Amino acid sequence: MCREKPFHLPFFAPSSQILRLPSSSMAAAARRLSAASLPLRHHHLLLRPFASSASGQPPIAVETSVPFTGHKIEPPSRLVDTTPSELLSFFRDMTLMRRMEIAADSLYKSKLIRGFCHLYDGQEAVAIGLEAAITKKDAIITAYRDHCIFLARGGSLVESYAELMGRRSGCSKGKGGSMHFYKKDSGFFGGHGIVGAQVPLGCGLAFAQKYTKEGTVSFALYGDGAANQGQLFEALNISALWDLPVILVCENNHYGMGTAEWRAAKSPAYYKRGDYVPGLKVDGMDVLAVKQACKFAKEYALQNGPIILEMDTYRYHGHSMSDPGSTYRTRDEITGVRQERDPIERIRKLILSNEVATASDLKDIEKEVRKEVDDAIAQAKEIPMPDPSELFTNVYVKGFGAEVFGADRKEVKAVLP
Amino acid sequence: MATAMALRLFGRRTSIAARGFSSSCETEKAAKDGKPINLFSAINQALHIALDTDPRAYVFGEDVRFGGVFRCTTGLADRFGRSRVFNTPLCEQGIVGFAIGLAAMGNRAIAEIQFADYIYPAFDQIVNEAAKFRYRSGNEFNCGGLTIRTPYGAVGHGGHYHSQSPESFFCHVPGLKVVIPRSPQQAKGLLLSCIRDPNPSIFFEPKWLYRLAVEEVPEHDYMLPLSEAEVIRQGSDITLVGWGAQLSVLEQACVEAAKEGISCELIDLRTLIPWDKETVEASVRKTGKLLISHEAPVTGGFGAEISASIAESCFLRLEAPVARICGLDTPFPLVYEQFYMPTKNKILDAIKATVNY
Repeated sequence: MCREKPFHLPFFAPSSQILRLPSSSMAAAARRLSAASLPLRHHHLLLRPFASSASGQPPIAVETSVPFTGHKIEPPSRLVDTTPSELLSFFRDMTLMRRMEIAADSLYKSKLIRGFCHLYDGQEAVAIGLEAAITKKDAIITAYRDHCIFLARGGSLVESYAELMGRRSGCSKGKGGSMHFYKKDSGFFGGHGIVGAQVPLGCGLAFAQKYTKEGTVSFALYGDGAANQGQLFEALNISALWDLPVILVCENNHYGMGTAEWRAAKSPAYYKRGDYVPGLKVDGMDVLAVKQACKFAKEYALQNGPIILEMDTYRYHGHSMSDPGSTYRTRDEITGVRQERDPIERIRKLILSNEVATASDLKDIEKEVRKEVDDAIAQAKEIPMPDPSELFTNVYVKGFGAEVFGADRKEVKAVLP
Repeated sequence: MATAMALRLFGRRTSIAARGFSSSCETEKAAKDGKPINLFSAINQALHIALDTDPRAYVFGEDVRFGGVFRCTTGLADRFGRSRVFNTPLCEQGIVGFAIGLAAMGNRAIAEIQFADYIYPAFDQIVNEAAKFRYRSGNEFNCGGLTIRTPYGAVGHGGHYHSQSPESFFCHVPGLKVVIPRSPQQAKGLLLSCIRDPNPSIFFEPKWLYRLAVEEVPEHDYMLPLSEAEVIRQGSDITLVGWGAQLSVLEQACVEAAKEGISCELIDLRTLIPWDKETVEASVRKTGKLLISHEAPVTGGFGAEISASIAESCFLRLEAPVARICGLDTPFPLVYEQFYMPTKNKILDAIKATVNY
């Protein structure tokens, strides 16, 4: 294998070949459509792409940046159908996520967010592409880089920032923090601190889904660092044995904290690591490729059991806010990826060349997103911290009556609710 | 022979601001020409000495080659080469299992678990393999060369998974040694003792003190005895027992209590298993009162063992129930850390309550 190379740049391809829309009136219609559906602050944040037949928009066929590579499976076609409004929604949602993470960076530096904060900027295409391929009844579970997955699943900005700052209206009531975002009503099972521990959990979710027979699947996301955890292989074996509808998604951003993938794994071809379980390698910076792969994987898993998706992606920030991210990789590499493979830029180019919207429309969207994020932060800052009694709640289920002692164990007691 | 110490105040929003700590009043450590260094530097020195004096010693773990996330392993790879100081992939169970195997072949395996919160995947290996190897093979095999080093304890903003104190889980396992230093000078000597001890040991390093604790540490090779507690402050009214970073909090409480005329005797347990019962019993026989403090949750914490033992051996001498001021019985919280922690004021309250029982 390529042991001697210090780093082999993840594959990138020039802008995809695109088909052009004939008339500009279509583009104008798309603009009006998208302007009308831009959500207000409290509404559901993500635009749902319209079905092409319903809105009368002709689908745009786009080729993914690179073809998919399959392991023990025939990969899907690299031609992906999309619509103008879907492209716009991708653009808006990814811009929102990018903006959210960068704002979280500044909040952390001004000490409003404390503890640990792992940022997702660069990897937005995985969250958005995944969401576009599935429903809210499918389950997603991930590790600690979870802010954007939470947003993709329908979480609000205010809830996110409140949770990051530890306020009581946070999605986990301020008790979880950055690493523990959850959203039960849309199948987001969090948010986990211990590396790799979420994968067996995800397989368990799929096990339950198999019983309900609702045609739903679970996506268990993990990183290239977690790919070497033993529990992953244990869970994979069980899932394959019992044909569970689970899709293991390795978000390979090529660095496990500061360790490059080739230093940690004998075989960094994570999509092949399932051995008897088929896998697909996907350009994780191309949201359409992600969407295609996840759709394909969901159909596969419902019929045949587990499949592994390796998303070749990249994070611009370091591992967490305590990691500058530049001691183990060169700045050239980071700017290189930003220039060649940035997911938002790819969609921007697609939108502009298909005349779905003008550059100034996109600028307007960016401005709006910025304002939305700023407003959400301002709102979140006003929310108070949780009540100290919350320290003792939810250790056990309400009513079990366990006791917890305060300062000197004799006088101050709280009976756990 | 008092050794000088430096106190670095660490400004934080919460009330657990200053963590000072004292040196011992014992004479066993002759700190002649020590340089003031912090905890991670002291541990680094110990590791350098360990690898230098034993060609079959190895240091490994996640990210140790570049120096480690807490800088404890800086310079080791450059000096001793990458076949003795190396990174492992992200798999705690693998790291410890591998270390046990290495130790079983007669090597000194110094494995690092990056945070004690991550030690649980390795729990089976430690409890079922390492602790019982000598016993079940009738002394034919052993993994005494195994030392696991891991940062533990609160750090002010660690949350659920970067602040835990899991020492009591391991205190329940005969065959292991659990050692916790309170300061740089202690850490160097105790770590070298653990590494050279012919039993598998776990060395918990209080991460809050890595940068904060600065003390004069001799540069030469020295070892401090295991299973010997140290009386670091003499007193006559109440015995306080603790370990690790908690001792600095206990000491502040002692100073405050002294202002109110209560003379506290402070004991650093140093080795949790096998622990030095004699020293604690001797002290309790002098004072008649005992207070134990640790960061881990109170129920099932090691303080429970000390309390039960002392109640058994010093029942008639005790003038008040044994007090335990520990972490609360909740998961280590995120924003509530200052409520959860056994702070100086909680300890002070308990000292007064116990003395006035």
